[in-house]
Amino acid sequence: MPIIVHHLVHEYGTDTKLNTLALDDINLVIPDGQFLGLIGHTGSGKTTLIQHLDALLTPKSGTVYLDGEDIFEKDYDRRKLRSSVGLVFQYPEHQLFETTVFADVCFGPKNLGLDKKEAELRAYDALKLVGLEDEVFYQSPFDLSGGQKRRVAIAGVLAMQPKVLILDEPTAGLDPKGRDEILDCISALHQKKDMTVILVSHSMEDVAKYVERIIVMNKGKVFLDGTPKEVFAHYKELEEIGLAAPEVTYIMHELAAKGMAVDTGATTLEEAKASILAAMKSRGHI
Amino acid sequence: MLRDITLGQYYQEDSVIHRLDPRVKLVGTVFFMISLFMFNNLIGYGLAALFLFGTIKMSKVPFKFMVRGMKAIFLLLLITVFYNLFLTKGDILWQWGFLKLTKQGIETAVYMMIRLTLLIIGSSLMTLTTTPNQLTDGIESLLSPLKIFKVPVHEVAMMMSIALRFIPILMEETDKIMKAQIARGAEFESKNLFKKVKALVPLLVPLLISAFRRANDLALAMEARCYRGGDGRTKMKPLTYKKRDVVAYVVLLLYIVALIAVGIFTEGSLLKILGLVA
Repeated sequence: MPIIVHHLVHEYGTDTKLNTLALDDINLVIPDGQFLGLIGHTGSGKTTLIQHLDALLTPKSGTVYLDGEDIFEKDYDRRKLRSSVGLVFQYPEHQLFETTVFADVCFGPKNLGLDKKEAELRAYDALKLVGLEDEVFYQSPFDLSGGQKRRVAIAGVLAMQPKVLILDEPTAGLDPKGRDEILDCISALHQKKDMTVILVSHSMEDVAKYVERIIVMNKGKVFLDGTPKEVFAHYKELEEIGLAAPEVTYIMHELAAKGMAVDTGATTLEEAKASILAAMKSRGHI
Repeated sequence: MLRDITLGQYYQEDSVIHRLDPRVKLVGTVFFMISLFMFNNLIGYGLAALFLFGTIKMSKVPFKFMVRGMKAIFLLLLITVFYNLFLTKGDILWQWGFLKLTKQGIETAVYMMIRLTLLIIGSSLMTLTTTPNQLTDGIESLLSPLKIFKVPVHEVAMMMSIALRFIPILMEETDKIMKAQIARGAEFESKNLFKKVKALVPLLVPLLISAFRRANDLALAMEARCYRGGDGRTKMKPLTYKKRDVVAYVVLLLYIVALIAVGIFTEGSLLKILGLVA
Protein backbone atom coordinates (compact mmCIF):
# COMPACT_ATOMS: atom_id res chain seq x y z
CA MET A 1 0.00 0.00 0.00
CA PRO A 2 2.17 2.86 -1.20
CA ILE A 3 1.28 6.28 0.20
CA ILE A 4 1.55 9.37 -1.96
CA VAL A 5 1.22 12.77 -0.32
CA HIS A 6 0.36 15.28 -3.01
CA HIS A 7 0.78 19.06 -2.50
CA LEU A 8 -0.74 18.83 0.97
CA VAL A 9 -1.54 22.13 2.69
CA HIS A 10 -3.18 22.52 6.08
CA GLU A 11 -3.99 25.67 8.00
CA TYR A 12 -5.11 26.00 11.62
CA GLY A 13 -7.37 28.83 12.76
CA THR A 14 -8.54 29.92 9.33
CA ASP A 15 -10.31 33.32 9.45
CA THR A 16 -8.77 34.31 12.77
CA LYS A 17 -5.79 36.42 13.54
CA LEU A 18 -3.92 33.40 14.84
CA ASN A 19 -4.01 31.37 11.63
CA THR A 20 -0.89 29.33 11.05
CA LEU A 21 0.17 27.30 8.07
CA ALA A 22 0.87 23.92 9.65
CA LEU A 23 1.66 22.11 6.42
CA ASP A 24 3.04 23.97 3.44
CA ASP A 25 2.95 22.01 0.20
CA ILE A 26 4.12 18.59 1.35
CA ASN A 27 5.00 16.03 -1.33
CA LEU A 28 6.10 12.53 -0.37
CA VAL A 29 6.12 9.01 -1.74
CA ILE A 30 6.27 6.23 0.84
CA PRO A 31 6.76 2.79 -0.74
CA ASP A 32 5.57 -0.49 0.77
CA GLY A 33 7.42 -1.95 3.72
CA GLN A 34 9.56 1.08 4.44
CA PHE A 35 10.69 1.87 7.99
CA LEU A 36 10.56 5.62 8.07
CA GLY A 37 11.50 8.18 10.70
CA LEU A 38 9.64 11.50 10.72
CA ILE A 39 11.59 14.04 12.70
CA GLY A 40 11.01 17.65 13.56
CA HIS A 41 10.88 20.17 16.32
CA THR A 42 7.70 20.75 18.33
CA GLY A 43 5.28 22.56 16.04
CA SER A 44 6.99 21.51 12.81
CA GLY A 45 3.86 19.79 11.53
CA LYS A 46 4.72 16.12 12.13
CA THR A 47 1.55 15.28 14.02
CA THR A 48 -0.60 17.29 11.61
CA LEU A 49 0.88 15.38 8.69
CA ILE A 50 0.26 11.93 10.11
CA GLN A 51 -3.31 12.81 11.09
CA HIS A 52 -3.95 13.52 7.42
CA LEU A 53 -2.67 10.06 6.51
CA ASP A 54 -5.58 8.62 8.52
CA ALA A 55 -8.05 11.26 7.29
CA LEU A 56 -8.55 12.65 10.80
CA LEU A 57 -7.92 16.16 9.51
CA THR A 58 -9.08 17.55 6.20
CA PRO A 59 -6.50 19.45 4.16
CA LYS A 60 -7.00 22.98 2.88
CA SER A 61 -5.71 21.80 -0.48
CA GLY A 62 -3.84 18.82 -1.88
CA THR A 63 -4.56 15.21 -1.03
CA VAL A 64 -3.23 11.81 0.00
CA TYR A 65 -3.38 8.70 -2.18
CA LEU A 66 -3.36 5.27 -0.58
CA ASP A 67 -2.94 2.46 -3.06
CA GLY A 68 -3.77 4.88 -5.86
CA GLU A 69 -7.05 6.01 -4.27
CA ASP A 70 -7.74 9.52 -3.04
CA ILE A 71 -8.60 9.15 0.68
CA PHE A 72 -10.37 12.53 0.82
CA GLU A 73 -12.74 11.53 -1.96
CA LYS A 74 -16.31 11.80 -0.69
CA ASP A 75 -17.30 8.16 -1.16
CA TYR A 76 -13.99 6.70 0.00
CA ASP A 77 -14.52 4.01 2.62
CA ARG A 78 -13.10 5.50 5.81
CA ARG A 79 -13.49 2.26 7.73
CA LYS A 80 -11.31 0.49 5.20
CA LEU A 81 -8.75 3.28 5.54
CA ARG A 82 -8.60 2.93 9.32
CA SER A 83 -8.20 -0.81 9.12
CA SER A 84 -5.25 -0.46 6.74
CA VAL A 85 -3.60 2.56 8.37
CA GLY A 86 -3.08 2.14 12.12
CA LEU A 87 -2.33 5.34 13.99
CA VAL A 88 -0.93 5.26 17.52
CA PHE A 89 -1.26 8.68 19.13
CA GLN A 90 1.13 10.35 21.52
CA TYR A 91 0.61 9.03 25.06
CA PRO A 92 -1.75 6.37 23.70
CA GLU A 93 -2.30 4.97 27.20
CA HIS A 94 -4.58 7.97 27.83
CA GLN A 95 -7.18 6.51 25.49
CA LEU A 96 -7.64 3.21 27.36
CA PHE A 97 -11.17 2.87 28.72
CA GLU A 98 -12.24 -0.75 29.09
CA THR A 99 -12.37 -2.77 32.30
CA THR A 100 -9.78 -5.30 31.17
CA VAL A 101 -6.72 -5.17 28.96
CA PHE A 102 -8.17 -7.82 26.66
CA ALA A 103 -11.50 -6.03 26.19
CA ASP A 104 -9.71 -2.80 25.34
CA VAL A 105 -7.60 -4.43 22.65
CA CYS A 106 -10.78 -6.02 21.22
CA PHE A 107 -12.33 -2.55 20.69
CA GLY A 108 -10.57 -1.89 17.37
CA PRO A 109 -11.24 -5.21 15.63
CA LYS A 110 -14.88 -5.16 16.84
CA ASN A 111 -15.33 -1.74 15.23
CA LEU A 112 -14.19 -3.28 11.97
CA GLY A 113 -17.29 -5.46 12.11
CA LEU A 114 -15.47 -8.72 12.84
CA ASP A 115 -17.25 -11.39 14.85
CA LYS A 116 -16.37 -11.94 18.50
CA LYS A 117 -14.15 -14.94 17.93
CA GLU A 118 -12.09 -13.34 15.17
CA ALA A 119 -11.74 -10.12 17.18
CA GLU A 120 -10.53 -12.04 20.25
CA LEU A 121 -8.04 -14.03 18.20
CA ARG A 122 -6.62 -10.84 16.76
CA ALA A 123 -6.47 -9.25 20.21
CA TYR A 124 -4.61 -12.25 21.56
CA ASP A 125 -2.11 -12.15 18.69
CA ALA A 126 -1.58 -8.41 19.09
CA LEU A 127 -0.95 -8.67 22.83
CA LYS A 128 1.57 -11.43 22.21
CA LEU A 129 3.25 -9.33 19.50
CA VAL A 130 3.92 -6.49 21.91
CA GLY A 131 5.31 -9.00 24.40
CA LEU A 132 2.64 -8.97 27.10
CA GLU A 133 2.09 -12.08 29.18
CA ASP A 134 -1.23 -13.85 29.68
CA GLU A 135 -1.49 -12.86 33.34
CA VAL A 136 -2.07 -9.17 32.54
CA PHE A 137 -4.85 -9.90 30.02
CA TYR A 138 -7.65 -9.74 32.55
CA GLN A 139 -6.28 -7.00 34.74
CA SER A 140 -7.57 -3.46 34.58
CA PRO A 141 -5.40 -1.48 32.15
CA PHE A 142 -5.21 1.29 34.75
CA ASP A 143 -3.31 -0.95 37.18
CA LEU A 144 -0.39 -1.53 34.81
CA SER A 145 2.94 0.29 34.67
CA GLY A 146 3.47 3.13 32.19
CA GLY A 147 5.41 1.01 29.72
CA GLN A 148 2.88 -1.83 29.92
CA LYS A 149 -0.05 0.55 29.38
CA ARG A 150 1.60 1.90 26.28
CA ARG A 151 2.06 -1.61 24.92
CA VAL A 152 -1.59 -2.35 25.53
CA ALA A 153 -2.50 0.78 23.58
CA ILE A 154 -0.19 -0.15 20.71
CA ALA A 155 -1.68 -3.67 20.73
CA GLY A 156 -5.10 -2.03 20.44
CA VAL A 157 -4.06 -0.61 17.08
CA LEU A 158 -2.11 -3.70 15.96
CA ALA A 159 -5.19 -5.86 16.55
CA MET A 160 -6.76 -4.13 13.55
CA GLN A 161 -3.89 -5.65 11.52
CA PRO A 162 -2.96 -2.52 9.60
CA LYS A 163 -0.62 -2.58 6.60
CA VAL A 164 0.77 0.79 7.63
CA LEU A 165 1.63 1.54 11.25
CA ILE A 166 2.18 5.13 12.32
CA LEU A 167 3.45 5.89 15.82
CA ASP A 168 3.51 9.43 17.19
CA GLU A 169 6.37 9.72 19.70
CA PRO A 170 5.93 6.21 21.08
CA THR A 171 8.79 6.68 23.54
CA ALA A 172 7.74 10.01 25.07
CA GLY A 173 7.93 9.92 28.84
CA LEU A 174 9.42 6.44 29.10
CA ASP A 175 12.68 5.60 30.86
CA PRO A 176 15.64 4.38 28.73
CA LYS A 177 14.76 0.72 29.32
CA GLY A 178 11.11 1.18 28.41
CA ARG A 179 12.14 3.20 25.38
CA ASP A 180 14.47 0.51 24.05
CA GLU A 181 11.87 -2.19 24.65
CA ILE A 182 9.21 -0.33 22.69
CA LEU A 183 11.54 0.51 19.80
CA ASP A 184 12.91 -3.06 19.62
CA CYS A 185 9.37 -4.35 19.62
CA ILE A 186 8.38 -2.02 16.74
CA SER A 187 11.48 -2.96 14.79
CA ALA A 188 10.72 -6.66 15.24
CA LEU A 189 7.15 -6.05 14.08
CA HIS A 190 8.38 -4.34 10.96
CA GLN A 191 10.52 -7.33 10.09
CA LYS A 192 8.00 -10.00 11.05
CA LYS A 193 4.89 -8.48 9.52
CA ASP A 194 6.58 -6.62 6.69
CA MET A 195 4.46 -3.55 7.35
CA THR A 196 5.23 0.05 6.51
CA VAL A 197 6.20 1.81 9.75
CA ILE A 198 6.31 5.57 10.23
CA LEU A 199 8.00 6.54 13.47
CA VAL A 200 7.48 10.14 14.58
CA SER A 201 10.06 11.49 16.98
CA HIS A 202 12.12 14.51 17.86
CA SER A 203 15.06 12.42 18.96
CA MET A 204 17.58 11.47 16.30
CA GLU A 205 19.22 8.90 18.59
CA ASP A 206 15.96 7.00 18.82
CA VAL A 207 15.41 6.61 15.13
CA ALA A 208 18.98 6.45 13.79
CA LYS A 209 19.38 2.87 14.95
CA TYR A 210 16.22 1.51 13.35
CA VAL A 211 14.93 3.40 10.33
CA GLU A 212 16.04 3.20 6.70
CA ARG A 213 14.84 6.67 5.74
CA ILE A 214 14.52 9.93 7.64
CA ILE A 215 12.29 12.86 6.77
CA VAL A 216 13.11 16.05 8.66
CA MET A 217 10.34 18.62 8.90
CA ASN A 218 10.69 22.28 9.74
CA LYS A 219 7.96 24.93 9.84
CA GLY A 220 5.51 22.82 7.87
CA LYS A 221 7.94 21.92 5.11
CA VAL A 222 10.09 18.91 4.30
CA PHE A 223 13.56 20.09 5.23
CA LEU A 224 15.62 16.97 4.52
CA ASP A 225 14.74 13.54 3.13
CA GLY A 226 17.16 10.64 2.79
CA THR A 227 18.92 7.74 4.49
CA PRO A 228 20.17 8.40 8.04
CA LYS A 229 23.73 8.78 6.67
CA GLU A 230 22.65 11.41 4.14
CA VAL A 231 20.56 13.32 6.64
CA PHE A 232 23.17 13.35 9.41
CA ALA A 233 25.80 14.63 6.98
CA HIS A 234 23.85 17.90 7.25
CA TYR A 235 24.34 18.01 11.02
CA LYS A 236 25.19 21.71 10.98
CA GLU A 237 21.91 22.60 9.25
CA LEU A 238 20.04 20.33 11.66
CA GLU A 239 21.46 22.33 14.54
CA GLU A 240 20.25 25.55 13.00
CA ILE A 241 16.65 24.33 13.13
CA GLY A 242 17.03 23.22 16.72
CA LEU A 243 17.64 19.52 16.14
CA ALA A 244 20.82 17.57 16.73
CA ALA A 245 22.44 14.65 14.98
CA PRO A 246 23.30 11.60 17.13
CA GLU A 247 26.28 12.06 19.45
CA VAL A 248 28.22 9.56 17.31
CA THR A 249 28.12 11.92 14.32
CA TYR A 250 29.78 14.67 16.34
CA ILE A 251 32.53 12.42 17.67
CA MET A 252 33.31 11.00 14.24
CA HIS A 253 33.45 14.44 12.65
CA GLU A 254 35.79 15.71 15.36
CA LEU A 255 38.05 12.66 15.04
CA ALA A 256 38.19 13.14 11.29
CA ALA A 257 39.05 16.81 11.79
CA LYS A 258 41.95 15.73 14.00
CA GLY A 259 43.25 13.67 11.10
CA MET A 260 41.98 10.21 11.95
CA ALA A 261 40.73 8.16 8.99
CA VAL A 262 37.27 7.34 10.39
CA ASP A 263 33.94 7.01 8.59
CA THR A 264 32.01 10.22 9.39
CA GLY A 265 28.83 8.61 8.07
CA ALA A 266 28.59 6.16 10.98
CA THR A 267 25.19 6.54 12.62
CA THR A 268 25.19 3.89 15.34
CA LEU A 269 27.53 3.11 18.19
CA GLU A 270 28.49 -0.26 16.65
CA GLU A 271 29.46 1.25 13.31
CA ALA A 272 31.46 3.95 15.02
CA LYS A 273 33.30 1.44 17.19
CA ALA A 274 34.27 -0.68 14.19
CA SER A 275 35.40 2.36 12.23
CA ILE A 276 37.53 3.76 15.07
CA LEU A 277 39.14 0.36 15.75
CA ALA A 278 39.98 -0.02 12.05
CA ALA A 279 41.49 3.47 11.93
CA MET A 280 43.61 2.78 15.01
CA LYS A 281 44.74 -0.54 13.60
CA SER A 282 45.88 1.05 10.34
CA ARG A 283 47.89 3.56 12.37
CA GLY A 284 49.49 0.73 14.26
CA HIS A 285 48.17 1.73 17.71
CA ILE A 286 46.78 -1.72 18.38
CA MET B 1 -15.35 20.39 15.10
CA LEU B 2 -15.06 21.65 18.66
CA ARG B 3 -12.91 24.59 17.70
CA ASP B 4 -15.90 26.27 16.07
CA ILE B 5 -17.54 27.21 19.36
CA THR B 6 -16.52 30.80 19.97
CA LEU B 7 -18.89 31.57 22.86
CA GLY B 8 -16.86 32.42 25.94
CA GLN B 9 -13.62 32.46 23.99
CA TYR B 10 -10.97 35.15 24.11
CA TYR B 11 -10.04 36.90 20.88
CA GLN B 12 -6.52 38.27 20.92
CA GLU B 13 -6.30 41.83 19.64
CA ASP B 14 -4.83 45.13 20.77
CA SER B 15 -7.69 47.59 21.15
CA VAL B 16 -9.03 50.15 23.61
CA ILE B 17 -11.76 47.74 24.67
CA HIS B 18 -9.19 45.00 25.30
CA ARG B 19 -7.12 47.35 27.44
CA LEU B 20 -10.02 48.55 29.59
CA ASP B 21 -10.12 47.54 33.23
CA PRO B 22 -12.15 44.32 33.56
CA ARG B 23 -14.35 45.97 36.21
CA VAL B 24 -15.45 48.57 33.68
CA LYS B 25 -16.37 45.87 31.22
CA LEU B 26 -18.24 43.83 33.84
CA VAL B 27 -20.21 46.81 35.10
CA GLY B 28 -20.81 47.94 31.53
CA THR B 29 -22.12 44.55 30.49
CA VAL B 30 -24.46 44.32 33.46
CA PHE B 31 -25.84 47.80 32.77
CA PHE B 32 -26.17 47.07 29.09
CA MET B 33 -28.17 43.94 29.90
CA ILE B 34 -30.44 45.83 32.28
CA SER B 35 -30.87 48.60 29.72
CA LEU B 36 -32.25 46.10 27.21
CA PHE B 37 -35.16 45.35 29.53
CA MET B 38 -35.95 48.99 30.30
CA PHE B 39 -37.97 49.78 27.19
CA ASN B 40 -40.05 48.18 24.53
CA ASN B 41 -39.79 50.32 21.44
CA LEU B 42 -37.67 50.39 18.33
CA ILE B 43 -35.89 53.69 19.05
CA GLY B 44 -34.55 52.26 22.28
CA TYR B 45 -33.36 49.09 20.58
CA GLY B 46 -31.81 51.18 17.83
CA LEU B 47 -29.86 53.15 20.41
CA ALA B 48 -28.72 49.97 22.17
CA ALA B 49 -27.69 48.40 18.86
CA LEU B 50 -25.80 51.54 17.92
CA PHE B 51 -23.98 51.55 21.26
CA LEU B 52 -23.10 47.87 20.90
CA PHE B 53 -22.03 48.26 17.28
CA GLY B 54 -19.73 51.15 18.19
CA THR B 55 -18.14 49.09 20.96
CA ILE B 56 -17.64 46.13 18.61
CA LYS B 57 -16.00 48.38 16.02
CA MET B 58 -13.64 49.73 18.69
CA SER B 59 -12.78 46.24 19.89
CA LYS B 60 -11.50 45.24 16.42
CA VAL B 61 -13.07 41.78 16.85
CA PRO B 62 -14.34 40.75 13.40
CA PHE B 63 -18.12 40.65 13.32
CA LYS B 64 -17.96 37.39 11.35
CA PHE B 65 -16.12 35.75 14.24
CA MET B 66 -18.85 36.76 16.73
CA VAL B 67 -21.68 35.58 14.51
CA ARG B 68 -20.03 32.18 14.15
CA GLY B 69 -20.24 31.80 17.92
CA MET B 70 -23.94 32.63 17.78
CA LYS B 71 -24.74 29.52 15.73
CA ALA B 72 -24.69 27.37 18.86
CA ILE B 73 -27.49 29.43 20.45
CA PHE B 74 -29.46 29.83 17.26
CA LEU B 75 -31.77 26.96 18.19
CA LEU B 76 -32.55 28.54 21.55
CA LEU B 77 -33.37 31.78 19.79
CA LEU B 78 -35.63 29.96 17.35
CA ILE B 79 -37.59 28.21 20.13
CA THR B 80 -38.09 31.51 21.99
CA VAL B 81 -39.34 33.23 18.87
CA PHE B 82 -41.65 30.31 18.12
CA TYR B 83 -43.17 30.38 21.61
CA ASN B 84 -43.77 34.12 21.53
CA LEU B 85 -45.07 34.03 18.01
CA PHE B 86 -47.74 31.40 18.49
CA LEU B 87 -48.59 31.34 22.18
CA THR B 88 -49.18 35.02 22.90
CA LYS B 89 -52.80 36.02 23.53
CA GLY B 90 -54.24 38.86 21.46
CA ASP B 91 -55.86 39.74 18.13
CA ILE B 92 -55.83 36.54 16.09
CA LEU B 93 -54.54 36.88 12.55
CA TRP B 94 -54.21 33.21 11.67
CA GLN B 95 -54.97 30.00 13.52
CA TRP B 96 -54.06 26.35 13.20
CA GLY B 97 -55.14 24.12 16.05
CA PHE B 98 -53.86 25.59 19.31
CA LEU B 99 -51.28 27.68 17.45
CA LYS B 100 -52.48 31.23 17.17
CA LEU B 101 -50.62 33.90 15.28
CA THR B 102 -51.50 37.20 16.91
CA LYS B 103 -50.56 40.79 16.27
CA GLN B 104 -49.19 41.11 19.79
CA GLY B 105 -47.34 37.81 19.32
CA ILE B 106 -45.48 39.06 16.27
CA GLU B 107 -44.57 42.22 18.13
CA THR B 108 -43.27 40.36 21.19
CA ALA B 109 -41.41 37.82 19.05
CA VAL B 110 -39.61 40.50 17.07
CA TYR B 111 -38.71 42.45 20.22
CA MET B 112 -37.63 39.28 21.99
CA MET B 113 -35.40 38.29 19.10
CA ILE B 114 -33.71 41.68 18.94
CA ARG B 115 -33.36 41.72 22.72
CA LEU B 116 -31.81 38.25 22.94
CA THR B 117 -29.48 38.84 20.03
CA LEU B 118 -28.20 42.06 21.55
CA LEU B 119 -27.92 40.35 24.93
CA ILE B 120 -25.85 37.47 23.59
CA ILE B 121 -23.61 39.60 21.41
CA GLY B 122 -23.12 42.08 24.24
CA SER B 123 -22.07 39.48 26.76
CA SER B 124 -19.89 37.60 24.29
CA LEU B 125 -18.11 40.86 23.50
CA MET B 126 -17.00 40.96 27.11
CA THR B 127 -15.53 37.45 27.09
CA LEU B 128 -13.99 38.01 23.66
CA THR B 129 -12.06 41.05 24.87
CA THR B 130 -11.20 39.96 28.43
CA THR B 131 -8.87 37.13 29.35
CA PRO B 132 -10.31 34.68 31.90
CA ASN B 133 -7.72 35.82 34.42
CA GLN B 134 -8.70 39.46 34.10
CA LEU B 135 -12.33 38.51 34.31
CA THR B 136 -11.95 36.67 37.60
CA ASP B 137 -9.76 39.46 38.96
CA GLY B 138 -12.52 41.88 38.10
CA ILE B 139 -15.22 39.72 39.70
CA GLU B 140 -13.13 39.24 42.82
CA SER B 141 -12.59 42.96 43.12
CA LEU B 142 -16.24 43.84 42.51
CA LEU B 143 -17.48 41.24 44.99
CA SER B 144 -14.92 42.00 47.68
CA PRO B 145 -17.40 44.03 49.79
CA LEU B 146 -19.21 40.73 50.40
CA LYS B 147 -16.23 39.59 52.48
CA ILE B 148 -17.85 41.41 55.41
CA PHE B 149 -20.61 38.81 55.24
CA LYS B 150 -18.01 36.01 55.31
CA VAL B 151 -18.48 35.15 51.64
CA PRO B 152 -15.28 33.38 50.45
CA VAL B 153 -14.87 35.78 47.52
CA HIS B 154 -11.28 34.89 46.74
CA GLU B 155 -11.95 31.15 46.78
CA VAL B 156 -14.96 31.54 44.50
CA ALA B 157 -12.92 33.65 42.08
CA MET B 158 -10.08 31.12 42.16
CA MET B 159 -12.44 28.24 41.42
CA MET B 160 -13.93 30.21 38.57
CA SER B 161 -10.57 31.00 37.02
CA ILE B 162 -9.48 27.37 37.31
CA ALA B 163 -12.73 26.18 35.74
CA LEU B 164 -12.36 28.66 32.89
CA ARG B 165 -8.73 27.71 32.42
CA PHE B 166 -9.69 24.06 32.08
CA ILE B 167 -12.25 24.57 29.32
CA PRO B 168 -9.76 24.85 26.44
CA ILE B 169 -7.57 22.11 27.93
CA LEU B 170 -10.47 19.68 28.14
CA MET B 171 -11.68 20.69 24.68
CA GLU B 172 -8.29 19.87 23.24
CA GLU B 173 -8.21 16.61 25.18
CA THR B 174 -11.66 15.67 23.88
CA ASP B 175 -10.53 16.38 20.35
CA LYS B 176 -7.44 14.24 20.82
CA ILE B 177 -9.20 11.26 22.40
CA MET B 178 -11.96 11.46 19.80
CA LYS B 179 -9.42 11.28 17.00
CA ALA B 180 -7.57 8.43 18.69
CA GLN B 181 -10.78 6.40 19.00
CA ILE B 182 -11.83 7.24 15.43
CA ALA B 183 -8.44 5.91 14.35
CA ARG B 184 -9.43 2.70 16.15
CA GLY B 185 -12.59 2.54 14.09
CA ALA B 186 -15.04 4.18 16.53
CA GLU B 187 -18.02 5.99 15.00
CA PHE B 188 -19.33 9.12 16.70
CA GLU B 189 -21.66 10.16 13.92
CA SER B 190 -24.12 7.28 14.07
CA LYS B 191 -27.77 8.12 13.41
CA ASN B 192 -29.01 5.58 15.91
CA LEU B 193 -29.43 7.32 19.28
CA PHE B 194 -28.69 4.20 21.33
CA LYS B 195 -25.51 3.58 19.36
CA LYS B 196 -24.58 7.23 19.68
CA VAL B 197 -24.77 7.14 23.47
CA LYS B 198 -22.85 3.89 23.61
CA ALA B 199 -20.16 5.34 21.37
CA LEU B 200 -19.54 8.06 23.96
CA VAL B 201 -18.17 5.62 26.55
CA PRO B 202 -14.72 5.32 24.90
CA LEU B 203 -14.60 9.11 24.87
CA LEU B 204 -15.98 9.96 28.30
CA VAL B 205 -14.06 7.42 30.39
CA PRO B 206 -10.59 8.58 29.26
CA LEU B 207 -11.74 12.22 29.45
CA LEU B 208 -12.93 11.83 33.04
CA ILE B 209 -9.73 10.07 34.06
CA SER B 210 -7.69 12.79 32.42
CA ALA B 211 -9.67 15.54 34.15
CA PHE B 212 -9.07 13.92 37.54
CA ARG B 213 -5.39 13.47 36.77
CA ARG B 214 -5.04 17.10 35.79
CA ALA B 215 -6.97 18.31 38.83
CA ASN B 216 -4.74 16.21 41.06
CA ASP B 217 -1.57 17.57 39.41
CA LEU B 218 -2.80 21.12 39.78
CA ALA B 219 -3.71 20.66 43.43
CA LEU B 220 -0.24 19.26 44.12
CA ALA B 221 1.43 22.11 42.25
CA MET B 222 -0.57 24.67 44.23
CA GLU B 223 0.20 22.89 47.48
CA ALA B 224 3.92 22.85 46.56
CA ARG B 225 3.78 26.63 46.13
CA CYS B 226 2.24 26.96 49.61
CA TYR B 227 -1.15 28.17 48.40
CA ARG B 228 -3.34 28.76 51.45
CA GLY B 229 -6.24 30.80 50.14
CA GLY B 230 -6.89 34.50 49.94
CA ASP B 231 -5.87 35.95 53.33
CA GLY B 232 -2.98 38.37 53.00
CA ARG B 233 -2.39 37.53 49.35
CA THR B 234 -1.18 40.32 47.09
CA LYS B 235 -1.45 40.46 43.33
CA MET B 236 1.31 40.68 40.75
CA LYS B 237 -0.84 42.92 38.59
CA PRO B 238 -3.27 44.75 40.87
CA LEU B 239 -6.21 46.38 39.12
CA THR B 240 -5.98 50.17 38.91
CA TYR B 241 -8.32 52.54 37.14
CA LYS B 242 -6.72 54.56 34.34
CA LYS B 243 -7.94 57.64 32.53
CA ARG B 244 -9.50 55.55 29.75
CA ASP B 245 -11.58 53.67 32.34
CA VAL B 246 -13.01 56.92 33.66
CA VAL B 247 -13.84 57.92 30.08
CA ALA B 248 -15.54 54.55 29.56
CA TYR B 249 -17.66 55.04 32.70
CA VAL B 250 -18.69 58.49 31.42
CA VAL B 251 -19.67 57.02 28.04
CA LEU B 252 -21.68 54.33 29.79
CA LEU B 253 -23.43 56.97 31.91
CA LEU B 254 -24.22 59.02 28.80
CA TYR B 255 -25.70 55.92 27.15
CA ILE B 256 -27.95 55.23 30.14
CA VAL B 257 -29.03 58.89 30.33
CA ALA B 258 -29.77 58.94 26.60
CA LEU B 259 -31.84 55.78 26.92
CA ILE B 260 -33.84 57.18 29.81
CA ALA B 261 -34.38 60.37 27.84
CA VAL B 262 -35.65 58.36 24.88
CA GLY B 263 -37.84 56.41 27.27
CA ILE B 264 -39.39 59.55 28.81
CA PHE B 265 -39.92 60.95 25.34
CA THR B 266 -41.69 57.85 24.04
CA GLU B 267 -43.34 56.31 27.07
CA GLY B 268 -44.07 59.36 29.15
CA SER B 269 -42.67 58.71 32.60
CA LEU B 270 -39.55 57.27 34.22
CA LEU B 271 -41.57 55.14 36.60
CA LYS B 272 -43.24 53.46 33.65
CA ILE B 273 -39.91 52.67 32.05
CA LEU B 274 -38.65 51.02 35.18
CA GLY B 275 -41.85 49.03 35.30
CA LEU B 276 -42.84 50.45 38.66
CA VAL B 277 -46.24 51.52 37.37
CA ALA B 278 -48.24 49.89 34.64
